[in-house]
This record gives sequence, structure tokens and C-alpha cells, in this order.
Amino acid sequence: MKRIRRLKDLDEILEKKLKGRVSNLVYNEVRGKIREYYKQYRLYEEELNAIIDEVIRRYEISAVEPGEPVGTVAAQSLGEPSTQMTLRTFHYAGVREYNVTLGLPRLIEIVDARKKPGTPIMEIYLDEKHRKSMEKAKEVARKIESTTIENVAREINVDPYEGVTIVLDPEMLEDKGVKVKEVISVLEKLKLGKVYVDSEDPYVIHIELRPEKRDYTKIEKIRVKIATTRIKGVKKISKVIIQRRGDEYVLIAEGSNLAEVLEVPGVNYRKVYTNNIAEIEEVLGIEAARAAIIREIQNVLEDQGLDVDIRHIMLLADIMTWTGRVRQVGRMGVAGEKPGVLARAAFEMTVQKLVEAAIEGATDKLVGVAENVIIGQITPVGTGIVEIYMNPSKPREEREE
Amino acid sequence: MISNKIKEIKFGILSPDEIRKMSITAIVTGEVYDNDGVPIDGGVADRRLGAVEPREVCPTCGNTRDNCPGHFGHIELAKPVIHVSFVKYINMYLKTTCRVCGRLKISERERKRYLELLRGLQELELHHLIKRFHEYIRRKASAVNKCPHCGAEQYKIRLEKPHTFYEERGEGLVKLNPAEVRARLEKIPDEDVRLLGGDPVHARPEWMVLTVLPVPPRAVRPSILLETGIRSEDDLTHKLVDIIRVNNRLREHIESGAPSVIINDEWDLLQYHITTYFDNEVPGIPVAKHRSGKALKGIAQRLKGKEGRFRGNLRGKRVDFSSRTVISPDPNLSINEVGVPEMVAKVLTVPEKVTPWNIEEMRKLVINGPDKWPGANYVIKPDGRKISLKYVDRKAIAESLAPGYIVERHLRDGDIVLFNRQPSLHRISVMAHVVRVLPYKTFRLNLLVCPPYNADFDGDEMNLHVPQSEEARAEARLLMLVEKHILTPRYGGPIIGGLQDYISGAFLLTSKSTLLKREDVIDLLGVAGYRGELPEPAILKPEPYWTGKQLISLFLPKDFNYKRPAKIASATALKCIDEDCPHDSIVIVKKGVLLEGVLDKASIGREEPESLIHWLVKEYGEDLARLFMDHVFKMFLRFSEKHGFTMGYADLLLPRDAKEHIKQVIEEKKKEVYELIDKYYRGELEPSPGKTLEETLEDKIIEALSKSLLDKVGDAITPYFTLNNPVIIMARTGARGNPVNLTQMAALLAQQTISGRRITRGYLHRTLPHFKPKDLGPEARGFIAHGFVDGLTPIEMFFHAAAGREGLTDTAVRTSQSGYMQRRLINALQDLRVEYDGTVRLPTGEIVQFLYGEDGVDPMKSDHGKSVNVERVIQKVIGWRI
Repeated sequence: MKRIRRLKDLDEILEKKLKGRVSNLVYNEVRGKIREYYKQYRLYEEELNAIIDEVIRRYEISAVEPGEPVGTVAAQSLGEPSTQMTLRTFHYAGVREYNVTLGLPRLIEIVDARKKPGTPIMEIYLDEKHRKSMEKAKEVARKIESTTIENVAREINVDPYEGVTIVLDPEMLEDKGVKVKEVISVLEKLKLGKVYVDSEDPYVIHIELRPEKRDYTKIEKIRVKIATTRIKGVKKISKVIIQRRGDEYVLIAEGSNLAEVLEVPGVNYRKVYTNNIAEIEEVLGIEAARAAIIREIQNVLEDQGLDVDIRHIMLLADIMTWTGRVRQVGRMGVAGEKPGVLARAAFEMTVQKLVEAAIEGATDKLVGVAENVIIGQITPVGTGIVEIYMNPSKPREEREE
Repeated sequence: MISNKIKEIKFGILSPDEIRKMSITAIVTGEVYDNDGVPIDGGVADRRLGAVEPREVCPTCGNTRDNCPGHFGHIELAKPVIHVSFVKYINMYLKTTCRVCGRLKISERERKRYLELLRGLQELELHHLIKRFHEYIRRKASAVNKCPHCGAEQYKIRLEKPHTFYEERGEGLVKLNPAEVRARLEKIPDEDVRLLGGDPVHARPEWMVLTVLPVPPRAVRPSILLETGIRSEDDLTHKLVDIIRVNNRLREHIESGAPSVIINDEWDLLQYHITTYFDNEVPGIPVAKHRSGKALKGIAQRLKGKEGRFRGNLRGKRVDFSSRTVISPDPNLSINEVGVPEMVAKVLTVPEKVTPWNIEEMRKLVINGPDKWPGANYVIKPDGRKISLKYVDRKAIAESLAPGYIVERHLRDGDIVLFNRQPSLHRISVMAHVVRVLPYKTFRLNLLVCPPYNADFDGDEMNLHVPQSEEARAEARLLMLVEKHILTPRYGGPIIGGLQDYISGAFLLTSKSTLLKREDVIDLLGVAGYRGELPEPAILKPEPYWTGKQLISLFLPKDFNYKRPAKIASATALKCIDEDCPHDSIVIVKKGVLLEGVLDKASIGREEPESLIHWLVKEYGEDLARLFMDHVFKMFLRFSEKHGFTMGYADLLLPRDAKEHIKQVIEEKKKEVYELIDKYYRGELEPSPGKTLEETLEDKIIEALSKSLLDKVGDAITPYFTLNNPVIIMARTGARGNPVNLTQMAALLAQQTISGRRITRGYLHRTLPHFKPKDLGPEARGFIAHGFVDGLTPIEMFFHAAAGREGLTDTAVRTSQSGYMQRRLINALQDLRVEYDGTVRLPTGEIVQFLYGEDGVDPMKSDHGKSVNVERVIQKVIGWRI
């Protein structure tokens, strides 16, 4: 047994015997780990060689083989555990006040590439100036949380002849950081008529309706319109909760509007996150959408305590996004855009798909798995990718030559 | 070998000429059989349409039923009729082309440009762009209201579902009959058809309006002979008869110059029958029915849906050489074996070629025949003739046997078969097993393979398939055998491993307190199939004793090093920091000797990546792992039997003072809840942000009565249960159950919930009439203050059942949802494969990933996701000295 005396010798052996045989990632990890052990326990050359050999052996057998039906394996690896998922888990995503859809419903949502998740939520990190103080965080939160007149009004009365009377709640105004002036200016934009503050009470606002609006049938409509008018904040974000994470404050927003939140001053635009994949695609592009799909699916699986290799999730994300837009897994997306007529017909809407193919005079080249199962041929995956067969009589002839 | 391969399939619409050309005869009469039951020529059962009776010879091709492909006939329609399925496209063509000159309503210059563009797109094979291009042209052309070619004014075309076209002329709506529609479609030039996304060669637009109707061969619509001797015809035949009758009547009316009202009525009727013949679920028209009121099946109905031709017969097929029966456990089988009842083995056969080396054996099998196992059911001569061995002189046949014959012999020990349990959610739902023919009538399997199949023995049935070709058998042995699937591609760890009894048995055997006498050791090693010397006993005097760990060590490879905390270490009380562990909760193997630590779920359990079992499979191969599971695991069970392992009521009893204490804890919590309720009534409760006051109250009550209470009580009772208690052994080792279950049995069940809320439904403002309305107290809303040991009060039992039902409904809903999701996932992903260059591609060549998983590592062959677990490699090599 020959002891390795110097760290330099260790590196040299590694460099000579391992470098190039495995990926750099693995190489560096081996080097780092071995150095640690070397310092703690010493190492002998035989041991190092044994380690190197085993690393190489494991590395080489871990390579994926040509023909491996990675798609099917991915689908099964994601589908099988989903039967074990709880159906209606509403889990607290760190915030007790807000429930987020998780479990099977969320997984289906992602796979469906829905335009809007059932429970949109944003995690908004703040920039250096705002992240450390509750006050500053609240300031940003106010800018983001959309405040409607309803939120600050005690009552809204509409009468076609007496006009509209809005009684504001001073406490709520204070809490939301809204001034009466702002309310007035928003109301004026609605173009309902002249807006003025009551001569006696500064928190009561009147609107003198214009003649064409004086219609009993429209009262409720006007009321709703006023009530839902946004005074400030970002559209679609109904609530913002401030949460302390370690030494910083993070905003959790109910509702999602990535494009506009990114513009809000005080927001750390590098770290803003939303669970709305469609928005991510629109604002940040397809690569970000792919990353978001992976992250969201991992999130669901992790929450359910299910162990699924990330490669399966990546493959799913890739098949959903490789065309440059997010496609759903289903007849309106991936499955519906397959080249094979038979494959499409066999999945869903059989007759319509066949008729479509007839009109176009389409040709099915029979390249997919489903098509070949249908016509009873070997499927082009796994051992079926081999196209050259041995002619058993031939080798003998050649031998004889 | 594979000489005939279908390369592609072309789709299109049959032209009238083609229909006539492929037809063997015109079908002219609605009569089917004459008085003697003989098919009438020119009727829908015309014999020239193909042989269907057993010894019938086809007048057209001269073949008998098995070889006659069937022949089409045709019906000449008196008036053209629209094919419903194409209505959408007829509408499109009518809207985009000129009603007078038939040309695409786009100016000549633009048309030229578009044609050029289309050619370019087709050359580049940009399929989805081509689709959008056609849509663009369709939209553009249909908006034009004056023909750019002939200047004719265009009217709006209106389609009244399902198949009537109108034109909105100045004078009002004018109906376009199918003949007019067809005339317009005929005028569309070929190039314009192409621009609109059609194919003028294989799918001329006017062919969508039928003038000739093909009549499918009889084999497509076989009649069945009922027991009463009455012939019952297929739905399609009925429909065809209707069509012919109406068609003939229509022709007669036309020939006799009947008024147009009558003609149009008959024409509409013909249209109706042809429509329902193709698709009997068209919205907007009455469904064609049998006399009994049952809806007839149209052609579309034959294709559609789960039991339709595609999903029911083409993507999934019924197979021979298969069997299904109830399963039961047999721990004495190897994990890759399956016990097959002799009865089954006598029916399922394997074709075996007779060679000079096996001829004697084959003769014996033939002599045994179909009823005596092991025998044979058929002999196939080199000329392809198949002889049943049931009613022949088997001795003579055996004598005549020669190399080149094929004997279909019974299934016997050592054959390879595929074993499956539905739902087949992943590939390990079908694995190859080696046959063991056994008495009785159930399939037997080793308990360790239950997890991949998700099987239990409460009446589960499983399927068995016998591969018939040498290739299939080779693939089964090389790729599908159980031991090849100990590691799952889902996460790169073992999915097969110990469970339940195996784990508690392993724990008991490897416990420090277990000392084994010579006869015990011999017994245990005997069931494990150990054939070597006994090791040196751990204790020599006064009597030799061995430890369980010594026995395990006999089966571990001599260079195996391993160190990992046991499952029991997850309990804080049993945790250790280093090797100096009084609880024996760190498993240490050095040079193949189990020095320390009990074996439990963390070492030998299923679905435990990076465990002892995992590294054994990974480092010493699946054969060793299989033998380890076959031998050592059997020892666990045997020890469990010898030791005795049972759990009873007494194991859950608590001393009186503990009970008192628990009662106190519960009372305290209840008081807390009542205080909350009071606070709520007094209006002092602060709502949490985003919640109403009621929701806040509910949240706080649930919080108080479920998790925190259970934890508190759980902590209180732990001192009374030690690792000698079987319940604790099961919970702590991961064999079955968890500490919460224990609390629920021994102490209390706590709050019952339905979808996360306390139980509220039932009577008005109360759950049961035993309570006052609007009672918000714990008891009134499903709080259970007893454990199973004490027993529940009737009211508590009711709440428990109510909450228990949620789990049942949940499972029922979930299976359908996740099943559909998986079907979609499979459909979306199934064509992907790794190419020789390491990329992941679709069969059309598009690259989806440049390197699979970004590192080219197969998850199944990975170390729990990593290509190499460096930490483990180092441990493996130098673990013996650190």
C-alpha cells in the first residue's frame, strides 16, 4: 500500500486517470470530495485507483442507451405517482392566509397549459432599499395591491335623480394610503357626470349623473362600476401580504400580473415570481416558461412527498415548449399536432380527424408508436429502432470465403 | 425476415369512378333473402360480396371465408346526397369560391403569389405554418362579395346544421339542393383547391357529395344466427336496406314525373338515411332506431371512443396464450418466479422446434398429450398442418416426429412468461417471471413483488402471457425479468424491497438482544439456503450463541462497506450522532460484516433510495440482489415466526394516571376552544387578513383540536411505549403505521374534518339533533375525545364515518382524473426516443433535447438521480476504515 503523500500527487493521479473519462461536473465533484477525505483520513494509491475505477464504471453504465423510450418512461413516472396524490390539497405556501392549489388539480392545470391558474399567486422580492424594513415593504405593497372604491367606501348609493353618493371610510383610506383627491380623480375618469365633495362632510362624495345615465334600469350597473373602479395598485392583484423571510421582507400577492409588477419601483425585478406560466411566457419568453413548468411541477411533487427524477419533468417541459410556445398536453396541443393521422385519430375525436385527413389528402408516414401498433408493426423505440437485421445464412458464406 | 413493411398510408375521398371500379356489383334491391333463406343477387347480402359462411366459396375470388378479403358493391343514387362528415368543408368551399365561375375569390395576381408561397412552405415542410396559411386564405376569400374573376355578385352561404345549405339572396333565403352544391364544387379549379388546403387528386371537393354509395362486404356487417334460427342482421345492413328502398322509390318518382314536392320529400328521406348510416349521432336530426328503440350504430360509432375500432381493436388487441386468475402469496418462490396452476399450464403452450437434441423429450410430451402434464396439445408438421393431440393415436404421432416439426408443448418450469396487473400504470406493471407449475388454482407470487404491481391478496386477479417467438422470449429474459426492475427509472432507486413483516422481522433478528442458539441458527440458515460453515459464535460460554447480525453478514459481499442511520433513528429518542450508539440506530457494515445497527425500512425497505439494498443491486448486480432477497428475506420471515410477532389490545393500554393526564390535556384544549368561541361572540376576535371572522375562528379551533393536540398527547404517551411493544416496533421501523396511528388507537382520534373543515352539515345549524342549533363547541362539530382502545361514542362513531367517507369519494374521483392525465401524457410523449447521437428526437427528426436530461444519464441507472454518487463510491472503497 502506497500512501499518497502530497495533495499535488493526488491531483496528478486524478488528472491522469479520471479527467476526460467522465464529465467535468463529475470530475470536479470527485476532486472536491476526495480532497476532503484525503485531509481527514489520508489515502493510499490503491484506494484512489479503486475509487477512480468505480467512478468510471458507474459513470459509464449510467449513460442512456440509444432507442430508450424516454418519453414513455417520463409519462409513466409522472402519471403513476399521480394516482397517489391527494385530490384537494390546499396547502399553505408559507402564508397561512392564502391557499394555493396543489396536488393533482395543480398538476393537471400545468399540463393543460391553462392561461390562468386556479389560484394565481406572486412572490415579490424587494430591492435593497425596501427589503429590510417593514415600513418600506408596506409602501411597495400599497403600490401593488389594487384598491377599489369598494375597499375604501362605507356605502355607495345610486339614485337616478339625486345622483351618486359615496361615503368614504377614513380609516380604510388611511390604511390603504389613499387620498380623497385620488378618489375624485378616478371617479371623474368614469365620465358619469360632475364629481364634487359634500359641503359638510369631506368624506362624502357626490356625482351628479349626466342626463343619459338617469335610468332606473342602469342603477345597479353604475353601482358595480363605481365599486370596482381601481384607485391604485396593479390590475388583477387583489391582495398583498407582507411576509418576513430571514432578514428580509417579501410580498406575497394574491393574483398575478407579472408585466406590471415588474415595473413597480422598489421591486427586485430579478427575483419576482409568479405561478402563472402563461404570463411568464409572455413577459420573459419561452425558456423562462420552460423553467417555470419544471419548477411548478417539482413543487407539486415535493409537496406530496413524491420522488420523481427531474429528467422526466424536463422532458415534459421540453415537449410542451420546444416549438417556441407553450402547448398543452392534449388534443389542442402536443397530441393534436402530431404528424401521424392515425395517432391523432386514435387519441381523441376519431371521426373528425379522419375526415380532416381525407380532405387534405394527407399521408401518414407511420413513424410514431401509436401508428405502428395500429397496423401491427414493430414500434420504432427500444429494440425496435434497429433497422439492420442479420441474415443468418450470410456470415457462414463469408467465413467460407 | 421482415420483408413486407407498410411504409405509409394515404388518405383521401373515393371518387364515384373509383367506387364503381372497386365494386363487384350494383346493389339494386332492398330484398335480402328469398323464401328459402338464400341471399338474393343484387341485394345487400349478395354472395359476390364475399364468403362469410364456414365452407362457402366466394364466387368472386374463389377463396373460402378465411382467405376471402370481401368485396365491395355499390348503390347508384337517384339524386346526389351530401356526406354529413364533410359538411364543414363543403361549407368552406362554397364560401370561398365564386357561385358562378367557381374560382377562388382572390385576384389573379395574389393567387399567383400565394401559390408560390404555398410551394415554398411545402418544400420546407412547415406543417403548422401551412395550416395557418390555408386558414388565412379561407378567411380572406370568404369575405369577398364580388368575384374578382367574373365580377359576379356573391351571396352569403348559410349552413343549417346538419346538412342543408341556403343562399341569402336579395329575395330571401334560397335553398341549395345537393345537386346544386355539387355543381358548384365541380367548377373549382384544381389549383384553387390546393390553396384552400384540399387535394384535387385524391379529394376533389365534389366527391364530398355522393352520387354513388359503396356497399361494404358482408364480412364487415355479419349477420348472426339466433338460437331460434332467425337471422339477425347487422345495423349497417338494416341501414343499407333503408337506403336502397328509398333510393328506388325516389328513382321511380323521378321517372314517372311526380310533382317536385314528392320528389324533394323522398330526396330528404334518402339524405336522412345516408346521414344516419354514416353517423347516427349527428346533432339536429332524430336518431335512427331499431324497432326495440335502441339506437342503430352508424359507421362513425364503430370507430369512436374507448370501445371503438381505434382504441378498442387497433391500439389494444385481444390476445391468445394468456390466462387470468386470482393471486395468492408464496414467500418460498424466488422474486422472479410465478406459480402457475397445473390446470393453466395444460392450456397455455410454447411452440418448440423438434431437433435431434430434444426429439426424445418431445416424443414423451406428445405421448402424454393434452390431459397429462407435462404434455403437448398440438403438433405442427413442416408443411404447416396442425394436428390436435386430443383425438389421435399419440404414440404414432410421437413416432413420426422428426426434426423440423413443431410441438406445442405445455408450459413447464423454467419457461418465461409475462405477468401483469391492471391498471398498468408503469412498465413494471408487466414483468417477466419464470414459471413454476404448482398445484391448486391461483397464480402465486413472492410478496416482495407486490409493490411494483401494487397488488395485494384480497381477491386481486392477474394476467399471464406466454411469449411465442424466440425474439419475444429473449427480450423478456434480457429486459423484463423482475430483477431487472428492482431499480425504477422513476427516481433511480429500488422499488422492490422489504415491507411489513420483512421489516419487523429484520429488526427483531438484528436487534442487539437477539441471541440465537445453534439449532436456531441452523434453522434460519437452512431456509436461507446457506451451505457453508457456521461462523464463530459471538458467545462461547456457557453455551454458544450467535447474533442475528452475524447471520446477515454471511450473505453480504466481503468488500461491502456501508453506513447510514436506521429508520428508527428518525425518532429523536433513538437518534445517535456517531458510531457510539446505544440505540443501535446507525447501520454500519465494514468489509461485509454488519457490525452495528438494526436493519429496518431505511436499509432493506422498498422505495428507499441510497439504502443497503440499493447499493447491493447497484454494485453487485441484480442477480446477487435477487438472491439476497430470496434468501436473507426469507430468514427475516422465519425469525418473525420463531420469535412470534403479534399485536393485541393489551399492547395499547395506558396506566390510569396517563389516562387522567390525557383527559386533562383534552379538557385544557377544549377550554381554549370555548374561550375562542366566547371571544368570537363578544366580538373580540381579530380576523386574520383575508378571512372572515367565522373562518378565522374555525381555523383556530381546528388548529387547537387536531395537530397540536395530537402532538401533545403523542408526546405524553411515548414514555409508556418502548421498543419492546410490537406496535412501536412496527411504527418505528417503518413496517406499518406511524406514531400518530398509535396515539389515535391508544388515546384519541381528535378532530374529524371534511375537506379541511370541521363537520357542519346535517340538520339546520347543527350536525345532529343531539346538539343545540348553532352550537360551535368541539363535540357538536366532530371532535372525538376517545381512542379506539376506549371505543367511540355513537355520535363520535358517526363523525368518524362521515370523515372516513371523504377518503373513499376522493379515491374514486382521483383515479379517473389521473388516469386521463396519464393517457394524455403518454400520448404526448410516447414517440420520443434517444437517438444514436444522444439527442432526444421525435420520429420525424425534430430535436427536443440535445442531450437527454442535459447530462445523458438514464435515471434508472443513476444513483438516485446523480450519474455518480461520489460520496458513496468513496464510502464503498475506504468505508471499512473510517
